[in-house]
Amino acid sequence: MFEGVDFMLLDEELADEEILARDTVRNWVTQEFMPVIQEHVRKDGSFPMELVPGIAELGLFGANLHGYGCAGMSNVGYGLVMQELERGDSGLRSFASVQGSLCMYPIHAFGSEAQKEKYLPAMAAGESIGCFGLTEPDFGSFAQGMRTKAVRKGDGWILNGTKRWITNGSLAHVSIVWAQTEEGVRGFLIDRGTPGFEARDIKGKFSLRGSVTSELFLQDVELSEENRLPEAKGMKGPLSCLTQARYGIAWGVIGAAMACFDEVVEYSRERIVQGGPLASKQLTQAKLADMFTEITKAQLLAHRLGRLKDEGKLHHTMVSMAKRNNVDIALQVARVSRDLLGANGIVDDYQAMRHMVNLETVRTYEGTHDIHTLILGEHITKMRAL
Amino acid sequence: MKILVCLKQVPHQDARLDIDGAGTWIKEDGIKFEINSYDTFALEEALRIKDAGEAEVVVVSIGPDRVTQALRTALGMGADRAIHVKDAEIDGSDTLGIAKVLAAVAKEESPDLVLMGLMSDDGNASAVPPMMAELMGVPSATAVMKATPEGDGYRCERELEGGALEVVDLAKPCLIAVQSGLNQVRYASLKGIMAAKKKPMDTKSAGDLGLSGVVGAAGAKAQIEKIYAPVRGEGAEIIEGSTDEVVTQLVGKIKELGLL
Repeated sequence: MFEGVDFMLLDEELADEEILARDTVRNWVTQEFMPVIQEHVRKDGSFPMELVPGIAELGLFGANLHGYGCAGMSNVGYGLVMQELERGDSGLRSFASVQGSLCMYPIHAFGSEAQKEKYLPAMAAGESIGCFGLTEPDFGSFAQGMRTKAVRKGDGWILNGTKRWITNGSLAHVSIVWAQTEEGVRGFLIDRGTPGFEARDIKGKFSLRGSVTSELFLQDVELSEENRLPEAKGMKGPLSCLTQARYGIAWGVIGAAMACFDEVVEYSRERIVQGGPLASKQLTQAKLADMFTEITKAQLLAHRLGRLKDEGKLHHTMVSMAKRNNVDIALQVARVSRDLLGANGIVDDYQAMRHMVNLETVRTYEGTHDIHTLILGEHITKMRAL
Repeated sequence: MKILVCLKQVPHQDARLDIDGAGTWIKEDGIKFEINSYDTFALEEALRIKDAGEAEVVVVSIGPDRVTQALRTALGMGADRAIHVKDAEIDGSDTLGIAKVLAAVAKEESPDLVLMGLMSDDGNASAVPPMMAELMGVPSATAVMKATPEGDGYRCERELEGGALEVVDLAKPCLIAVQSGLNQVRYASLKGIMAAKKKPMDTKSAGDLGLSGVVGAAGAKAQIEKIYAPVRGEGAEIIEGSTDEVVTQLVGKIKELGLL
């Protein structure tokens, strides 16, 4: 049974419904997701789409949004849900992050009432899947350099450009695409089947194999003004979405770390090496103690971050610190777990290496580790590093 | 239509169990609890009846504060109201004592239907449902695999030994104790969990139910004497070889012991 780590008795700080939500998602992941992930990762690298109705029934899409069929959980409750999903796989948490934080959130925050009514209930119900197109082949960290352009034509718009590394791109019924306009960066909702719009999957990924990643091609895509998010103006629009998603990541990766830790503790107790359990060796205990401590520190960081978010005191630099630190320690935990598993850690009967390679992506996406370092550097010094 | 679902909170099926100092129960500190699996099927059956028509689903559980988590889960899954019977006086009750408490709750609620699991994952006694039905004076069926509305009650298919089924008709009000696996139990949804915060949960004591001095260890006709892990036997011998060799050796041993 997966029980997670709670060394600092953080459960005592949680509301009943937060514990209940976490435990429900934990059971769901154990019973519905764990039995199928290995095949999806091993065989063709696909997301288990058959689980989407179940995820929606649980109310995991946009769980911290209010109204429009969303659950209205606290941000700590939402974070715990992300943690449990990523305990399964970073691809599962990514699916929920993209749907909730990168698609439903901007429609909720920047959309017209008509757009909210049209998209949000269907997305909460998992009937409509979304994707978020910001990154381009030549513009990752420097997203404001994007080449995708939207030009006014009559009452509407014409869009041209390419977006890359788009989670759920080919699965999406609606794509939120950010483009340069004469007035600055603006966000557009593009429905599947719009002429000139095409999504193609990126093959050959070593990482996040349980998730679909695509490239979006826009060639003279004609949209009406109703397709534009009216309240999203400038880079603040997409960046605020990223803050939401990064917040979820700061929690999610704790789940991946705990999955690895749980697995390796059990393994080291049972694996006999030179006459005794691996767990009885000093080097093993040192590694486990480090992992245990880092997971606990990451939990404290995420918990405080969540409460600040609930109180409306969150600053995006705080999210940067949590995303940067927690992904970093999760990756370390996964690597050391893989190491302790020895040769067994190489095969997919054990989770550590799957989490390890997933976390390489998580370290890069949603603001790379180095970008968050520079955000913190600028916060400390008030100087933008060159 | 009112349905009363009786839930027991039991140690999680994967929890590591240690015997307590007195040797009569397990150490409950630090272990996870869950709703008795048989009872989850009963709850699901009640929620399906509610989904199909109009019904109020009331859940009841007996135990300390931790039991509220089981009740909140049930409310999160869709039950309308919860009753938490919490009283140290009830501790040490035997199955009859528990049946008396539940029957007293049922008397206050007068449900059309009582649903519960046929036994609990920890006690395995299977005694409470028929006792409760007897105390309530209503017909009951246990090990029910299927219950369908029929006339003024339910037609129940009971599982018998050897895979045979027995069909019994129960007139309402009645009590149905379900076998596991008769349905696919739903998960609580986040929306349901949030809505559950506003659903009523009443707390009742033995006194509130008019059972003061009647239930608990004092009134119990059965008491747990001792709980222990099976003692490892000694003297077992594994005979190896071909079938003929094994049989010859085995017969020799039996003769040696003067058993043949």
